[in-house]
Amino acid sequence: MLRAISLGVALYTLWLLLSGHFEPLLLILGVLSCLVVVAVAHRMEVIDHESHPIHITPKLPLYWFWLLRQIVKANLAVTKIILSPRLPISPTVVRVRAGQKSDLAKVIYANSITLTPGTVSINLDDDHIEVHALTNRMAADLQTSEMERRVSRLEKSR
Amino acid sequence: MAVAVEVASWVAILAGSFFALTGGVGILRLPDLFTRLHAAGVTDTMGAGLILFGLMLQAGMSLVCIKLILILAFLLLTSPTATHVVAKAALHGELKPLLGNFHSAWKT
Repeated sequence: MLRAISLGVALYTLWLLLSGHFEPLLLILGVLSCLVVVAVAHRMEVIDHESHPIHITPKLPLYWFWLLRQIVKANLAVTKIILSPRLPISPTVVRVRAGQKSDLAKVIYANSITLTPGTVSINLDDDHIEVHALTNRMAADLQTSEMERRVSRLEKSR
Repeated sequence: MAVAVEVASWVAILAGSFFALTGGVGILRLPDLFTRLHAAGVTDTMGAGLILFGLMLQAGMSLVCIKLILILAFLLLTSPTATHVVAKAALHGELKPLLGNFHSAWKT
């Protein structure tokens, strides 16, 4: 129920921001269409912890902020490699542990790895992610598993 | 104040263009598909991110700015997913990644 209400509020906010119309008739039409969408989603039983993860939402901004800093750092490192005349790459494939319990957290972890330039997750099995790294230094950085710990913290204490 | 925002906006857009270009250079210089994905990642994150940030400064506090934020959010979700699918498809097609050190082998 809480998820349905939250989905409705999120949908209506999105509708308002995208439409930019504030006339009463259109506002009411917007409410109606959002209600229909929530009702259909409820009947399809797609409102669950994966499609609408409100249990991790409050902790996401902090994680994003940390991830943003990692992305900037990794970008500068990869840019330096690409532009250096010697092209000092040492491509490596490593398996890193993904100890997260839920599939959602594993996907967040794998996506974060790929989003950081220099590391791309190429395969995911039960609790390991196969990662292709541009240099073995980047692979080693990933294996310190700071990112894994932070993603695990996202899903804890729901 | 308006001048400062304008300057910051142009610095962000130009820096973003630089990173987008770097990604392109990387795609040309790097030896195989998997390493090229990393170069494409630079364009996806830093290039697109900085250009959109610069455009947000141009837009100011308005609905346009929110739309730009949404574009950035969707880009940051979809681009790693697409990258992963390309890599996985290559692996599935039994393309083996080049491994090891290339310090001088790939000079040109």
